[in-house]
Amino acid sequence: MLKIENLHATVADKPILKGLSLAINAGEIHAIMGPNGAGKSTLSYVLGGRPGYEVTEGSATFDERAAAGLFLGFQYPVEIPGVSNVQFLREALNAQRKARGLEPLSGGDFLKLAREKAGLLKMDMDMLKRPVNVGFSGGEKKRNEMVQMGILDPKLAILDETDSGLDIDALRTVGDGINAIMRRPDKAVLLITHYQRLLDYVQPDFVHVLAAGRIVKSGGPELARELEEHGYAEIAA
Amino acid sequence: MTTRALPSRRDEAWRYSDIDAVTAAWPLPAPESIIVPAGGDFRRAIVQDTGAIQQIEMSIGKGAAASLHVLNIGGAYGRIELAVTLHEGADFHFGAAQIGGGQQNLEIVTTVTHAEPGATSRQVVRSVLGGTATGTYLGKVAVARDAQQTDSEQDVKAMLLDRSATANAKPELEIFADDVKCAHGCAIGELDAMALYYLQSRGLPPGEAKKLMLQAFVAGVFGGAEDEEQLQALALAKLGELV
Repeated sequence: MLKIENLHATVADKPILKGLSLAINAGEIHAIMGPNGAGKSTLSYVLGGRPGYEVTEGSATFDERAAAGLFLGFQYPVEIPGVSNVQFLREALNAQRKARGLEPLSGGDFLKLAREKAGLLKMDMDMLKRPVNVGFSGGEKKRNEMVQMGILDPKLAILDETDSGLDIDALRTVGDGINAIMRRPDKAVLLITHYQRLLDYVQPDFVHVLAAGRIVKSGGPELARELEEHGYAEIAA
Repeated sequence: MTTRALPSRRDEAWRYSDIDAVTAAWPLPAPESIIVPAGGDFRRAIVQDTGAIQQIEMSIGKGAAASLHVLNIGGAYGRIELAVTLHEGADFHFGAAQIGGGQQNLEIVTTVTHAEPGATSRQVVRSVLGGTATGTYLGKVAVARDAQQTDSEQDVKAMLLDRSATANAKPELEIFADDVKCAHGCAIGELDAMALYYLQSRGLPPGEAKKLMLQAFVAGVFGGAEDEEQLQALALAKLGELV
């Protein structure tokens, strides 16, 4: 579903990714772990096409058109005053449906869908009617990311430190949400995280260690536990 | 306010004006006069969509309230000019949006005089400018010597969609009383790139993402307007032309 080959990328002319390769098939959940400054967030922004993040060599190919199937969960979800969550999500979903040749969803049908996904993530429907992330706590912002993912129903989700800022209960709720929304044979997830804890709830099929812009080690779920025990310094060395 | 001689750019109130357009329209008809009697309640919405110069003189009587909403969007040159005098305890609310692209020159010029004590005025102006358009707000609040307990506010913001667009903002205070509250603020900026990226990452096309943010930027000025929905719809349609 996603194939990254020898990817080099720079931010403001500074090389961050230095030859990263990774293949993700449908039905798989991959976790990328790594120390601060390894290039984890840069990877998510490059895949998400953020302006200013330039690919200088190599490639990342995705089966689906990005507008119709890639979801990027932000490490720091952005506050947008004045723009309501439901309004923007309905427009976004209908733009995606249009790109796929589907009829737009009516207001009533959209609200039904939104209510269902908000319930799944135990988020109050009133919060969805408020301006995007404005005044939300760190945990609420991350829940909101997952509600958005539920509504937009992507093929591939790249979740950048979705677990940071979550308390233990919220972590479980978010983990359950990821499983319910994305654990399907036709979908795939790339989880970017610092900690083993989220992986207790969302069991990855593969774990990769990213250090200095490249993947230095790959393995199964047991690799995450090793990292937790021994730290990055030893494993990445 | 009646200008007898043709103004030039040396006149402060016409400094950014399209003088050729002014010359073509000269002489201007006498300003429209609106008198709100004591205790009265006046509301009006003005949509400038043809490229006109519109001058209004308004007197708000003791304890009366007036609310004016303006959408300045049309023509090569559109100017709305207000001279408002507030009497004791009067209240004036002004909410305006000007949205221009191409080579449009749009301006709003206000003079709000607090002639007597205890009056309140609040002006909220939002401009969205693209292309090589110019949007100007010149707003003077004058507080007379015995107009104590005046409470006045000017809140002025402009959003530039292109580096080639121009916004001029001049909130101005002239206060002769010593027990007043006068706030004024202005900001000129660009759409937040991270917020735009966030919206686009959810699948919104760039134009739609911009439109949504601009809609939020101007929406607040029409709160409480007579025909709020229609003003919002007209503003949105104009924004759609710019993005």
